[in-house]
Amino acid sequence: MSAVAYVAADFSNDVHWWVPLLKGVFILVLVLTSVIVAIWFERKVVAKMQLRPGPNVHGPMGLLQSTADAIKLLVKEEISVKAADRLVYLIAPVIAVFSAFLTLAVIPMAGEVSVFGFRTPLQMTDFPVAVLYILACTSVGVYGMVLGGWASGSTYPLLGSVRSTAQVISYELAMGLSLVSVFVLAGSMSTSEIVDAQYRDKWFVVALPLAFILYVVAMIGEVNRLPFDLPEAEGELVAGYMTEYSAMKFAWFYLAEYINMLNVSAVATTLFLGGWHTPIPLNYLGVPDSGYWGFLWFLLKVWSIMFFFVWVRGTLLRFRYDQFMNLGWKVLIPTALAWLFGVAMIRAVGEFTDISTGYMLLVLAGLLLVFAALSFLIPEKKAPPPKPGGEFDPFADGFPVPPMPGQTLPPSPRRLRAMAAAGAVIEPDAAQTEETDRD
Amino acid sequence: MITTMSAVAATLTDMGEASTGEAILFWVFAPVMVVASLGLLLARKAVHAALSVITVMIALAFLYVAQDAPFLGVVQVVVYTGAIMMLFLFVLMLVGVDSSDSLVETIKGQRGVAVVGGLGLVAVLAGVVVTATPKVPEGLDVANGSTKDSTNPEELAAIIFGHYAFSLEVVGALLVTAALGALVLTHRERLVPKRDQKARVEARVKALAEGGTLTPLSAPGVYARHNAMDVPALGPDGEPLEVSVNRVLKVRGQEADADEYAARVDRVLAGGWAHGELEAAEPDTDGDDDTSEEADQ
Repeated sequence: MSAVAYVAADFSNDVHWWVPLLKGVFILVLVLTSVIVAIWFERKVVAKMQLRPGPNVHGPMGLLQSTADAIKLLVKEEISVKAADRLVYLIAPVIAVFSAFLTLAVIPMAGEVSVFGFRTPLQMTDFPVAVLYILACTSVGVYGMVLGGWASGSTYPLLGSVRSTAQVISYELAMGLSLVSVFVLAGSMSTSEIVDAQYRDKWFVVALPLAFILYVVAMIGEVNRLPFDLPEAEGELVAGYMTEYSAMKFAWFYLAEYINMLNVSAVATTLFLGGWHTPIPLNYLGVPDSGYWGFLWFLLKVWSIMFFFVWVRGTLLRFRYDQFMNLGWKVLIPTALAWLFGVAMIRAVGEFTDISTGYMLLVLAGLLLVFAALSFLIPEKKAPPPKPGGEFDPFADGFPVPPMPGQTLPPSPRRLRAMAAAGAVIEPDAAQTEETDRD
Repeated sequence: MITTMSAVAATLTDMGEASTGEAILFWVFAPVMVVASLGLLLARKAVHAALSVITVMIALAFLYVAQDAPFLGVVQVVVYTGAIMMLFLFVLMLVGVDSSDSLVETIKGQRGVAVVGGLGLVAVLAGVVVTATPKVPEGLDVANGSTKDSTNPEELAAIIFGHYAFSLEVVGALLVTAALGALVLTHRERLVPKRDQKARVEARVKALAEGGTLTPLSAPGVYARHNAMDVPALGPDGEPLEVSVNRVLKVRGQEADADEYAARVDRVLAGGWAHGELEAAEPDTDGDDDTSEEADQ
């Protein structure tokens, strides 16, 4: 049991049926408007990064571009593939988008706010396993992609959905493990308590830096964004699992993708970046986070991560599939396991003995230094010795290369001609000695 | 502590009666689960059966949460639906989408045994249902810590890692053994060194001397006037690249004649279009002619 009991959000005021309903409607409106803004934001920012204007025709600064796109998708003709498995083909996008809507219900977006003179936390609900609930929602959402790709009855979508299955299995493990260290430190899986724990002590991005990095990598993999967008890699699979979808059914997938981006950003904010509390330099200046101020800070943090998403997209290239799997299984999961073990050990030692965390970290740092020093004593692996000298063929591998040490260049054609003109007999030995002399 | 979920669907009361919310939840989910279970039995496609199992699992998770076991309910979805069924689907997709089960019985008398076994199961289940008496739920307070300031996962952890620590260790050892077994069974000794990216690059450069290419082969269909897939691309020298057409099309004899297309370009460059000679010369291979294309496919 944790020594300090962190305070969870207090929902005792929410006795009326309309309070959760109102919050639900609020989340729905927030999500849909955010998606519209997010699409515009992404296109605009990535355009700036690529030195082009981006959408700039519809509305001021192209702000109405996503609205126009949405209307286009709504009124487009629905095309159903003949080879599709009808029922699954229809419900797959619905699964994707509905699961995406569920996550924000447990995200605390602000502390207590007053609605019509009624005080309630700006969070729809919270329960002791809220973060696990988020994981459950995302894992159900992936079925949308997997089933959509399968039901299309076409090759590229099927490949996309197989990739997406493998991706989820391998990256959710790393994500879950990185979240467990947050649970260990906060002593809770309820989102509002985790936010409170960070408020009392420090942000978990500071306390658990490696867990944060692992989460960020895994979250990009989880929402299929570049550089991990292999299920829909347009250069390889046309559009992956959504190749055979059009009009509104495609729009569902598109919507789900952007909602999922918002979701993982909100989760990262809540679990690692202090939730709705005032960010670091401002909280010392006494900038408030009570009431609706908290919502401002929450949005600011979420959109910073959204910017990071776009930044990554504008910077990195797509991974090859085997590199992607290697990263997941050989780097992320072992690192997450080792990190979790370390965090649990430090926590346990702190819990059952009187040794302070700072002291423990100092000892650990000392041990690390000793290991680093010892590693210098291990002899370096020698490069294989160069091939023995002799006949050197500069075009052996298909392109001209300089001689390795111990090898000698044959005389150049011009020298050969000169020697021939002088009537001299070409002696390879003489040429070689000359070569070595020059060296 | 927060018990919002139970506010929606309150748990069994002390009298052993379900509250209204829970009753509604049950009567909504129970038919769904029964239909989905029947779907598992009757579905012809393996993926439909898997989908039915997923439906049952998720509905079951809702019922767990309604019965004040939020941890169990959520973990059910995360582990079983999110990971294990996902693995099932993965395997199903790798095996093949269109493959259906063989209905040939390989074991003699399988059907009779199955009928007897099924009837026995029905008898046992019916017996349990008939003789069951509603009891006042026990141990919920301990598991949910509703008397203290602690929550369901915390109390569950105390029970599992305290009271059942040994069983947990045994199960853990079993799972580790199984994982190791899977590793050993699927392990394959590497006979030749792995061809990594560097080795492949070197091989390609080496093949350059023998007429290979450094770059990927060019895509077909630069002309985009016919079926595109079967028309060779033009090289930088204006000659058609035979390698750009898929090998399969060549084997089937479905590729377009490269020389003919190159000749066409020559005609166009020579002003053939302007003189209206082409339409007269080749009405068949014109891109607008849909009927001939469909006949090809």
